[in-house]
Amino acid sequence: MFDFSGLIDLPLVWYVLILTAVLLYVVLDGFDLGLGILFPLAPTDQCRDRMMNSVAPFWDGNETWLVLGGGGLLAAFPLAYAILMPALYLPVILMLLGLIFRGVAFEFRFKAKRSRPIWDWSFHLGSLTAAFMQGMIVGALIQGVVVVERGFAGGPMDWASPFTLTTGVGLVFGYGLLGATWTVMKTEGETRAWARRSTVWLLGLAGVSLAAVTIAIPAINAQIGQMWGSRPGIYLLAAVPAVAALLLVMAWVDLRAGREARPFLLVIAFFVTGYLALGLTLWPWIVPYAVTFRQAAAAGSSQSLLLVGTLVLLPVILVYTGFCYYLFRGKASHAHAGAY
Amino acid sequence: MADFLDFEMLARIQFAFTISFHILFPSFTIGLASWLAVLEWRWLKTGNPAFADVYRMWVKIFAVTFGMGVVSGVVMSFQFGTNWSVFSDRTGNIIGPLLGYEVLTAFFLEASFLGVMLFGWNRVSPRLHFAATIIVAAGTLISAFWILSANSWMQTPQGAEIGPDGLFYPTDWLAIIFSPSFPYRFVHMVVAAYLTTAFVVAGIGAFYLFRGRHAPQARVMLGMAMIMAIFVAPAQLLFGDLHGLNTFKHQPAKVAAMEGLWETRRGAPLKLFGWPDQEAETTRWSIEIPKLSSMILTHDLDGEVRGLKEWPRDELPPVALVFWTFRIMVGLGMLMILTGLMALVLYWRKRLFDTRLFQLWCMALTPAGFVAVLAGWFVTEVGRQPWIVQGLMRTADALSPVNAGAIGVSLAAFVVTYLFIFGAGTFYILHLIAKGPETEEETYGDHGLKTPVVLGAASAPKGGGYV
Repeated sequence: MFDFSGLIDLPLVWYVLILTAVLLYVVLDGFDLGLGILFPLAPTDQCRDRMMNSVAPFWDGNETWLVLGGGGLLAAFPLAYAILMPALYLPVILMLLGLIFRGVAFEFRFKAKRSRPIWDWSFHLGSLTAAFMQGMIVGALIQGVVVVERGFAGGPMDWASPFTLTTGVGLVFGYGLLGATWTVMKTEGETRAWARRSTVWLLGLAGVSLAAVTIAIPAINAQIGQMWGSRPGIYLLAAVPAVAALLLVMAWVDLRAGREARPFLLVIAFFVTGYLALGLTLWPWIVPYAVTFRQAAAAGSSQSLLLVGTLVLLPVILVYTGFCYYLFRGKASHAHAGAY
Repeated sequence: MADFLDFEMLARIQFAFTISFHILFPSFTIGLASWLAVLEWRWLKTGNPAFADVYRMWVKIFAVTFGMGVVSGVVMSFQFGTNWSVFSDRTGNIIGPLLGYEVLTAFFLEASFLGVMLFGWNRVSPRLHFAATIIVAAGTLISAFWILSANSWMQTPQGAEIGPDGLFYPTDWLAIIFSPSFPYRFVHMVVAAYLTTAFVVAGIGAFYLFRGRHAPQARVMLGMAMIMAIFVAPAQLLFGDLHGLNTFKHQPAKVAAMEGLWETRRGAPLKLFGWPDQEAETTRWSIEIPKLSSMILTHDLDGEVRGLKEWPRDELPPVALVFWTFRIMVGLGMLMILTGLMALVLYWRKRLFDTRLFQLWCMALTPAGFVAVLAGWFVTEVGRQPWIVQGLMRTADALSPVNAGAIGVSLAAFVVTYLFIFGAGTFYILHLIAKGPETEEETYGDHGLKTPVVLGAASAPKGGGYV
């Protein structure tokens, strides 16, 4: 049996890999969920067609990162998977139902005639639900999970609180911002003009949300408050809001200057900043504040086996994912076409 | 205790519901993807536009079905944790990497190249487009490989040991991936998926011929489907038999339930029909063929077959369900073989495409594959109960610490959602079928379909709602 436990710090490598997969998911599915969140606000049906077409070739690949996050968690940290899924039962199920409603809309919407409004709403409400539940899940993780021995021991509604409501709304605004800047980049004409106006609002809303969550965290968790109040945590507390605010302002300036791609990239940088800050704050917990990533790690042989495949396949996946984005570069049309 | 049992049942019903719905889509798309690759190859090779017309019609159906397969499949990747968290904890070392490999080797491949397949028609060369179709088809098979490997390990576990902490630890990965039932299950399932697709395609082709529509394209559909019925349906009987022999060796209680056999005996008869009575431990009103069961399972008229009474009562599956779903599966398989024989005779008489009775027969068998696949999975999954890992871990010990209310709510939500969503999907597929293939001219001329999906908007003609 091969086992690299003696050679490298497998749990650490996997912790970083899983967090990277989740980050890729947040950014990639974030913009297409954001599109769904903004969907009913678009001025015309033609705008909606364009928005939909701009992500149609990608949404399935984007969502696969979520499956990798879930499957990877089971493979590398089975204990964390086994505790978190029951703990987050209802929000996970609601998220999945949301993803169903929005996922099928891509195909159904263009097949429907009279029933098209149903799929417009299915796309919108599904995206909204999935984003909101993901935000609540993040909030529930920051709150912490009740664990006894190797299982979840809290109540079915532990995840619901004013704080998680805030993180849920915050992520909806954040994804909306990603979606709006993506639309600026991938469309033109009135769709782009509308997306520009929306971006300005969402830059403010996302900024306020991040601030609200940052202020609330020490209030709900004294441990983090203490960590942020002393070195080196205080540097994090000082740097992150400044960097985040700077990125949002730069995005706003770029938008005013008529740039199309940079606001999207800056918003991605904004997400990465927030995500890194959260990661450093929750370190080394994988089930906050009960199980560390080392305690949850799978057998060395299991982590080794999948690591071999990951090191070979992940670069390949990134290359052909990049190829697909390159292939479908440029502005989206409102016509449904392709192979058909 | 009663509450706990109800809770286990609820969790099982919820899982059975989501996974049964899910398996319908891969059963269809595995076959469809491979068939589309063959169609595109024939088209590139022969230049016969009928192949392209058929491809373009079925790729739309593929897209809708695949979309539904993706969304119902994402659900499955979380259900192991939401419903069976203790199972996930204890077997994560084994099952986890197999599922991880499925995501890395198959899901990304399918998802990325599906985009090229559906929307890349005018962006890449025909050669690259063909490659994308082949890659998607390969992806579906790789995905089947890993998930069936994981399932097979649960049926016939090996290559692992249970540690003092109660967790399973891998000792031999090759033994885990290629557990004894895996090669049989993989072949049996992939062939089942191919036949499912073939009979859907045959039914639709027959429908067009019956209505006198799209004759050139319909002949391609029915003709290619009948090649599968003639050659592959009988082969499936052989694969199924080998799979059954493997089950007889490793999970004899399951086979005893399939046979409805309670007493261990030599020269066991094959029960064609009957009613297994679990309470009385007997199969009532059975119609039997003497010694045939022994013959099939041991290749000896007087071979010994172990009966269900050999096992403690709490180690038996619900016998009637296994017994009957097995007969449904085998019965449908026989009808498929019969269809192949009929096609062969009609082909010799040069009447394959204009025998109305045969067209009606094929139309009636359109859903046969789906029903057979579901029935087969019921046999193998219900038949291994009460074990979640055969002989080592009970399903009852695998449950999540979730309250029954939450499971009940989620079950209701899944039922409502799936019926609505997949009902709508079926409706749109039927709509595509009713519309039929569009010929080359229509496709390109009327709808501006040389227009790629992503381009300068100014050059795009109005055509948004056409598909």
